[in-house]
Amino acid sequence: MVLTENETAILRALWRKMGDHVGIYTTEALERVFAAFPSTKTYFPHFNLKPGSAQVKAHGKKVAAALTQAVAHLDNVPGALSALSDLHAHRLRVDPVNFQLLAHCLLVTLARHYPGDFSPTMHASLDKFLSHVNSVLVSKYR
Amino acid sequence: MVHFTAEEKAAITGLWSKVNVEQAGGEALGRLLVVYPWTQRFFEGFGNLSSPSAIMGNPKVKAHGKKVLTSLGDAVKNLEDLKGTFAHLSELHCDKLHVDPENFRLLGNVLVIVLAQLFGKELTPQVQAAWQKMMTGVANALVSKYH
Repeated sequence: MVLTENETAILRALWRKMGDHVGIYTTEALERVFAAFPSTKTYFPHFNLKPGSAQVKAHGKKVAAALTQAVAHLDNVPGALSALSDLHAHRLRVDPVNFQLLAHCLLVTLARHYPGDFSPTMHASLDKFLSHVNSVLVSKYR
Repeated sequence: MVHFTAEEKAAITGLWSKVNVEQAGGEALGRLLVVYPWTQRFFEGFGNLSSPSAIMGNPKVKAHGKKVLTSLGDAVKNLEDLKGTFAHLSELHCDKLHVDPENFRLLGNVLVIVLAQLFGKELTPQVQAAWQKMMTGVANALVSKYH
């Protein structure tokens, strides 16, 4: 899956606009995925999953950092996320379906916070980008 | 059978009362065709689907979106019997339309995103969760007569 020049430009512009707030949105996406898809909680038995949890916030920041890294290297997402691919394949082994669920909740979050920017083209660019990140994360699973 | 709590029903019906069926339906179906272009395979007779703006402005897309969302209104009124409500439509989608049920899941999720864009503040995680549950229930009801 290759991102077009237009899609790349759209994503970079959105990330610039979000600035330091990416972590806020990824944390909200995590809260949403736990609420809407309870099976996702099975990966976090060691976390306090109540709204406002410091652990979820910290995890949201990690996810934000990874996505920001990916956006900074859209021409080579597999390279940028190589260590995370290894981690998910050999240690975390999160079933791939869960990345789709989190991606959906991130789209819901961004549509909520940036309704004016969330055109069909933006929606498609983000969906495509997150789908690409997900496939990179599971690329070493077997 | 899916059971909805009183809170979930309130979350669903409360938000539904604010939805403009024509606007949201056209937006959701249009976005499905833009974001997942392979779904256009079901709409070859709809005319110009050559670009996002062509799709979103296409009158047949808008009309069909309204039809789909009107049908969803039946779900909202019959949360305790989604299977019964959609039995006929399930047969239609299998026998006549030949639609892969995965498309129901895709459209359901696109609709939740459209609701988030339209009703930001109201779509809390709990409200979203209730709507996801309904979307799953509707998708399952639409598959129930597949063979």
